Amino acid sequence: MIDAESLAPLALFADLEPPQLHELAMTLDEERYPRDARILRQGMSGNAFHVILSGEASVRIDGSERARLVPGEFFGEVSILLGEPPTADVVAATEELRCAVLAGADFRALLLRHPSVLYRVLQTEARRLRNANRWQG
Amino acid sequence: MAGLAGNGERPFPPGDYDAVVVGSGPGGLQTAYFLERLGVRAACVSRDDGPGGMFRALPIFQRLLSWTKPDAPAERGTREYEWYDHNSLVAAEPSHAALVAAEMDRAYAVPSRPEMERGLAAFAERAPVRVRYGCTWESTRRLDDGRLALATSDGEYRCRAAVFALGVTEPWRSPIPGIEHAPHYVETRPPREYAGATVLVVGKRNSGFEIADGLLPWARRVLLVSPRPVDTSVLALTSVRVRYMQPLEDSAAGGGTVVLDAAVDRVERTAEGWRVHARGTTHPGDHLLEADHAIAATGFAAPLRDLPGLGVATVAQGRMPALTPYWESIGAPGVFFAGNVTQAATGLRRHANVGSSAAVHGFRYNARVLAERLAATLGGTVPERRRLAADEVVPFLLGEATRAPELWAQKGYLARVVLLAGDGGPRDGGVVPLAHFVDEPGPDAVAVAVELSGGGEIFPGVYLRRGGRVDAHDLPGDALNRFDGDEHRRALAALLA
Repeated sequence: MIDAESLAPLALFADLEPPQLHELAMTLDEERYPRDARILRQGMSGNAFHVILSGEASVRIDGSERARLVPGEFFGEVSILLGEPPTADVVAATEELRCAVLAGADFRALLLRHPSVLYRVLQTEARRLRNANRWQG
Repeated sequence: MAGLAGNGERPFPPGDYDAVVVGSGPGGLQTAYFLERLGVRAACVSRDDGPGGMFRALPIFQRLLSWTKPDAPAERGTREYEWYDHNSLVAAEPSHAALVAAEMDRAYAVPSRPEMERGLAAFAERAPVRVRYGCTWESTRRLDDGRLALATSDGEYRCRAAVFALGVTEPWRSPIPGIEHAPHYVETRPPREYAGATVLVVGKRNSGFEIADGLLPWARRVLLVSPRPVDTSVLALTSVRVRYMQPLEDSAAGGGTVVLDAAVDRVERTAEGWRVHARGTTHPGDHLLEADHAIAATGFAAPLRDLPGLGVATVAQGRMPALTPYWESIGAPGVFFAGNVTQAATGLRRHANVGSSAAVHGFRYNARVLAERLAATLGGTVPERRRLAADEVVPFLLGEATRAPELWAQKGYLARVVLLAGDGGPRDGGVVPLAHFVDEPGPDAVAVAVELSGGGEIFPGVYLRRGGRVDAHDLPGDALNRFDGDEHRRALAALLA
């Protein structure tokens, strides 16, 4: 459980009405990680959807940083959607990383119950795909 | 009384210790028991005047949810029996084990609150677990030498490690305007006092439905309100279902119970009773609800007192400490937690399982693992682990995956380790938090955990560390949950080859 006020500023949930935000707040957990803690483990574990509330996370493949995630950004969704282990480590890159966390088993229900959240997740995935294509090009 | 020496002197006077345990509920008793066995110079203090913690008063309706089967496929007092007894504390001595089972009148497969309390008291007396009762922890500070100083009603305790086993029992209310005036779950009155009344319960979790279930024979109507809908498909396989199902059935049939998905905007006291303003979530729309009584079943917090000021980071709206895999505070080294609050450590999350640390049958093993860790760092006796012949490794690990109560209770959280490198060949590495094994450096080793998939399948997970890198592998499940047959032996042997 987390307070709805922590979720309200996040773009991901910007279209939700206050009652829906309160409902969502009861579904999410708040977690904190110290610097260098691994949250997703490449090829192994991380069956949860994480939205960064404060601090930063480093996305690392085979030890090399590939991206830096900041408050409002999320991770863990690809592994849940595909039912596969994460393709990268996600590591706390600041003294403290604070996240809102949803168990992987509840992610599908979240997206189907709140189409506006689904739409915003898709927008982000589209941006990430576009950027990956640019990078490869 | 347990904890009092024969001459009436109270144990553990204020002073210097290696560790101090605060609390005499199941988490505190279990931790103190193992610290004593492992030779750690530890004091145990409690504000209560006897053992039992929350079970001296709760649950309100006097019946637990977790099973204890007085007769089971394994004999009482054996390690295997622990899996069938989710409420007794565990002990190396068979005479100190399974003591809740011994108290049960067998009217139900789950103990009553008094049976649980008596079982815990019997453990404290037989072990014995010495506790300085009537000694209230008041404040905490860090000394210049890095140790902790705990001020109590009896004086100051100084230690290198403090273990707080305080339960998650402090009444907590959601930040809803006006709810602070409504009685909390813990202030629920005897059910006959609600006879013929309409009762509005804010909250649809375990404690809310406990009240609804308990008041079904008494109240005129029970209204349960919170934003999140109840997911009966998840509930069906959990121990709390017994509290949910009858009120839910009553609600579905229009029997007088109403289970409403709505965010509560404010709670008002009126001349006749209570008025609640709420807005629908599953079905949009405003609701104005009137009731004779209102009860806030909005949960509990760990009574952390001044610990956040010491650097103890919190989660869940400040209700619980953020923890490492070994249940040490994130932000305050040397501050550890035991008991129910260890649920705040979520573990590896490789599959759907997150362990059972919120219940006695999970956290009793956390207590042993923590005590062994503290013994290793504070100069106690580290348990001697046996050497294994090369051909013993596979059957040993698969036997643990099939029968170890620690691994079955703490699925995906605790793992049995065998060290593969070192002088003299393979050696048992004990039971450790799986996330610690995976994330911390160490010699070549293999760990086995019992895993639970999102689809409900149980199977062994194997974690192999070689050259500092850890790889995870899943072994197949088995219809009879036997993971020690030929198929599994071949699969594990191939991984270790």
